[in-house]
Amino acid sequence: MTEQTYQVPTMAELAAAGTDPEVLFWVGCAGSFDDRYKRVTIAFVKILNKLGIKFAVLGTEEGCTGDPARRAGNDFLFQMQAMNNIQVLNGYNIKKIVTACPHCFNTIKNEYPKLGGSYEVIHHSVFLQGLINEGRIKLQEGGEFKGKRITYHDSCYLGRANNIYEAPREVLAALDADLVEMKRSRRSGLCCGAGGSQMFKEAEPGDKEINIERTEEALSTGASTIAVACPFCMTMLTDGVKNKEKEDAVKVYDLAELVNDRMPDRK
Amino acid sequence: MNYASQLLFLVCLAVAGYFLYKRINFIRRNINLGKPEKRNDHPEKRFKNMLLFAMGQKTMFDKPIVGVMHFVIYLGFIIINIEILEIVLDGILGTHRLFAPYLGGLYPVLINLFEFLAIGVIVTCVIFLIRRSVLKIRRFWAYEMTKWPRSDANIILISEILLMLAFLSWNATDTILQQRGAEHYAGLNTGPFLFSQFLMPIFNGWSTEALIGYERFAWWFHILGILAFSIYVTYSKHLHIGLAFPNVYFARLFPKGEFKNMPVVTNEVKLMLGLPTDEVQETAAQENTPIPAEPGRFGAKDVNDLSWKDLMSAYTCTQCGRCTEACPANITGKILSPRKIMMDTRQRMEEVGRSLDKGGPGLGDGKALLDDYVSREELLACTTCNACVEACPVAINPLEIIMELRRYMAMEDAKVPGAWNNMFSNIENNMAPWKFSPADRFNWADKLKEEKQ
Repeated sequence: MTEQTYQVPTMAELAAAGTDPEVLFWVGCAGSFDDRYKRVTIAFVKILNKLGIKFAVLGTEEGCTGDPARRAGNDFLFQMQAMNNIQVLNGYNIKKIVTACPHCFNTIKNEYPKLGGSYEVIHHSVFLQGLINEGRIKLQEGGEFKGKRITYHDSCYLGRANNIYEAPREVLAALDADLVEMKRSRRSGLCCGAGGSQMFKEAEPGDKEINIERTEEALSTGASTIAVACPFCMTMLTDGVKNKEKEDAVKVYDLAELVNDRMPDRK
Repeated sequence: MNYASQLLFLVCLAVAGYFLYKRINFIRRNINLGKPEKRNDHPEKRFKNMLLFAMGQKTMFDKPIVGVMHFVIYLGFIIINIEILEIVLDGILGTHRLFAPYLGGLYPVLINLFEFLAIGVIVTCVIFLIRRSVLKIRRFWAYEMTKWPRSDANIILISEILLMLAFLSWNATDTILQQRGAEHYAGLNTGPFLFSQFLMPIFNGWSTEALIGYERFAWWFHILGILAFSIYVTYSKHLHIGLAFPNVYFARLFPKGEFKNMPVVTNEVKLMLGLPTDEVQETAAQENTPIPAEPGRFGAKDVNDLSWKDLMSAYTCTQCGRCTEACPANITGKILSPRKIMMDTRQRMEEVGRSLDKGGPGLGDGKALLDDYVSREELLACTTCNACVEACPVAINPLEIIMELRRYMAMEDAKVPGAWNNMFSNIENNMAPWKFSPADRFNWADKLKEEKQ
């Protein structure tokens, strides 16, 4: 065992040392500031460290992709943000980006190219699936999820928006868990209620909150773990589980947390 | 006598053609109220989509049973139209079953197939009527499905049943007349056919004259019914029978998560940041949507601010409500219904069109799609989850319209909820949608960097 601490190099440091990373980890605002999602960021960084993947983050040079501004209709603000970020990314000659946020993923992958920023952008679910398939991630036998019921909630911005349905499920399958599907899944998956900038305002009047509708569906599968791959889905479903007073019996985890928990420490 | 009926037939055809022509022009002009947008790249991909989704009705089979039933009506519609060709030629030339002598043994086989499909159409239309009016399937009874949309659907289903019954009873009486060797029916020996033979006992007791009367009535009813139906369709939600094909062909090809860029904004932002704008200008010019010197209106307030494709989609919508049924906002009781957005767009477009036809003010009538038709509460409830887009069998994208209207709200009106304004200023000042200092953005790593691996 080495006495090495976890490394979180920034692009500025790498550039000063004159080296390039294999991949840039785009942390995102939720990953940087939201207490719950910071744990996902940390889990993902631990995975990268354990595998010795040469990565970097932008640190304080990163800014909101502009996704919430664009979905709320403010394209000026979106494009300002986008162009600032593109200047930073292009300045470091970034080629490959991985992120744990489907909204950042969608925006950088699909919307930045029209504004001058073209990169290979990978969502962490696909990234993790790739590492599992290549045999680089080796999961410990018989973890706490073996045989337990897990249900996966499709993020709209991964699923319908970008046709990523199988990668997250394959990651869960690798955990030996008993994956149970909700009635509305994949193409017909129900939104958690946070997309389209709903995260940042109260819902319009109705009979029910969307996250409650979705949480009820997730709970009805009998799963003890709800797996998500998006910071907004994480917030919405965690709140939903609390609202249903099931937080002791049912946990909401991100894929990265589930994978990291089952990876042995670096030898 | 024969010439008189031929002449009458030609007059009917001409009158129907005239009205159809006028209606098609009305619709085309209304669609062209929309903004230009290039939608003809990658023709192979577009053609493939059309084969798969319009002709193959792929999305319809998300609900397999309804998918099969709808396919029966669709096949019936297309294949029975071959018979229309003969009917029209008979009408013009004064002949009777013109194709029968040429096709010989194949002719009864074809008519049997048509009859099989006619029965299929009748059975499915009856089931569809029951689903709508007796079982009251939820999506057909949403709040936007007021009296006219509901009647429209019933009129279509009942018309289809009547047309098919006319066709079958026409075959039945014709067969009896052939067997009796009456007038010009003599010499033909096409029947009895697969299904209409079971209607023959009803007519067997009739006099030859009465039979000829009914045969002529059924023939005229069938063909005039089809002509009338084709004009009715242009007023109805049923336009999808034609527009589904171009609507799927011209559907967007990029990922659903990608929202349309606004080159006008790109140009402005680049100018503000002191970046070169040649590329934006060039790309926009190549796509036949050059950036104007004055930016104009950001987003959409009225139908002319939307793309022509959004307007074509509004005409294509057949109000099936699969979008609304899948909409998370609608499911949880919000007033947003993607179907209503499409219905409103069409209504507003037609209102403008009718006004223009009368020499009225058209778009300048003091009304607009936003607020007079679509409320802000509806627009704000959208989670942009794309469930409506995914659900639509004919590639309609209600989200595109919702977003254009939202863009107007945010950029022209600056009227969005206070919480969104806070989020905007947080992004602007703190580079994050929440009120955190940008200097703290990397604090999450502090502890981790001290943790041993």
